[in-house]
Amino acid sequence: MHAYANPARFLKIARPLTPICLVVGILLILIGSYAGLALTPPDYLQGDSVRILYIHVPAAWLGMGGWTGIAIASIVQLVWRHPLAGVAARAIAVPGALFTAICLVTGSIWGRPTWGTWWEWDGRMTSMLVLLFLYFGYIGLANASDDRTSVSRATAIFGIVGAVNIPIINRSVVWWNSLHQGPSITLRGSTISSEILWPLAPTVIGFSLFFGGIVLMRMRANLAQAKVEARMRRLAAA
Amino acid sequence: MKAFLAILRRDLRLSLGSGGIGLPVVFFLLVATLYPFAVGPDGALLARTGGGVLWVAALLAALLPVDRLIAPDAEAGVLDQYAVRGMGEEMISAAKITAHWIGFGPPLMLAALPASAMLRLDVETLAAVELGLLCGTPGLAALGVMVASLTAGLRRGGALAGLLMLPLAIPLIIFGAGSIGDFGGGAVRFLAASSLFLVAVAPFAAGAGIRALRE
Repeated sequence: MHAYANPARFLKIARPLTPICLVVGILLILIGSYAGLALTPPDYLQGDSVRILYIHVPAAWLGMGGWTGIAIASIVQLVWRHPLAGVAARAIAVPGALFTAICLVTGSIWGRPTWGTWWEWDGRMTSMLVLLFLYFGYIGLANASDDRTSVSRATAIFGIVGAVNIPIINRSVVWWNSLHQGPSITLRGSTISSEILWPLAPTVIGFSLFFGGIVLMRMRANLAQAKVEARMRRLAAA
Repeated sequence: MKAFLAILRRDLRLSLGSGGIGLPVVFFLLVATLYPFAVGPDGALLARTGGGVLWVAALLAALLPVDRLIAPDAEAGVLDQYAVRGMGEEMISAAKITAHWIGFGPPLMLAALPASAMLRLDVETLAAVELGLLCGTPGLAALGVMVASLTAGLRRGGALAGLLMLPLAIPLIIFGAGSIGDFGGGAVRFLAASSLFLVAVAPFAAGAGIRALRE
């Protein structure tokens, strides 16, 4: 891990990895979306509205995965003082918040025809909304310090504390008997018919790669910005 | 233990002297006064919704003292003096949480008595609110000290504190307001559990926050 503490070495890998992630990710998203819209049969109960699944599930996965990434990066930052951990956490925050918002919006649009309501205060939705507010608080705290490349140690502590919400979101449909369905895809298999399920794999992997590409891009932009500022300071001093 | 008690005494004396205890209480009562103006003085409506309003008021009142819990001590160098003496930041945080709760929880429970009269709450609702506040205010106090330690080094820390604190306080208000319906039922146990969890975690998070202030 500490081999990549040197930003130059990290950039050497990140530079070719960014377009690979973005291109492969967008291709997979397009394949999965086309298959989800055109090739799969409509659900026997929900009809065509089931097709929002292919966006809703990757968005939920990335919203929660984003905060998990922030929490891991925060631990790495606080324990090992890894210089790139804070850069990564700062880069994850905004796309993570965006995907959480997409998850809430698509869920709301899906809920209107299937449940007959835009919003219901059940455990899953409430804890996901809390996650969005935690992201807002995290971004606010990260932007409040002078450091624009990495995040302050206080922000990292908040990233770890906020992670208590992640297992709550994951377990919410089991703990509370709620309007949101229980877990459909578990380690023991899936309760969704494989005819409808299969385009989910390319969209989940595609959106994850796309997310990774955006995070790498933001990390590189922030590192470049720091480099420019350091050079300007040197020029001003000379 | 001696150091713990010394910090506790000092913080209590300071918050008594600076009016830090009165401000949240007056704010709490003010919110309880505003609510009947907003929805109209209909006794039945007030009695049904008043308990939840008191919980919202308690959460907002918990935000007010946040910017004077850690920041003044950090600016004045008191925390550095503690560090020079070799006191653990976790112990300092635990003492500050205890002192903050003593100055915040019981006064709020007292203020809930006149507030419940203004909102026409019946005796059972009042008892549930008081029991809920007894279980929930330690968690709110712990959360306040934790958020205070994270925002102490910032220029506009006060504005940010609400954004950091309120999402984490949501379990307290859900179970607190939920306990009003069934007295002594499952919700109040969940409330006590989430409050205990916050009290157990906060000294470590706040301690790390105080250490981070020195960098």
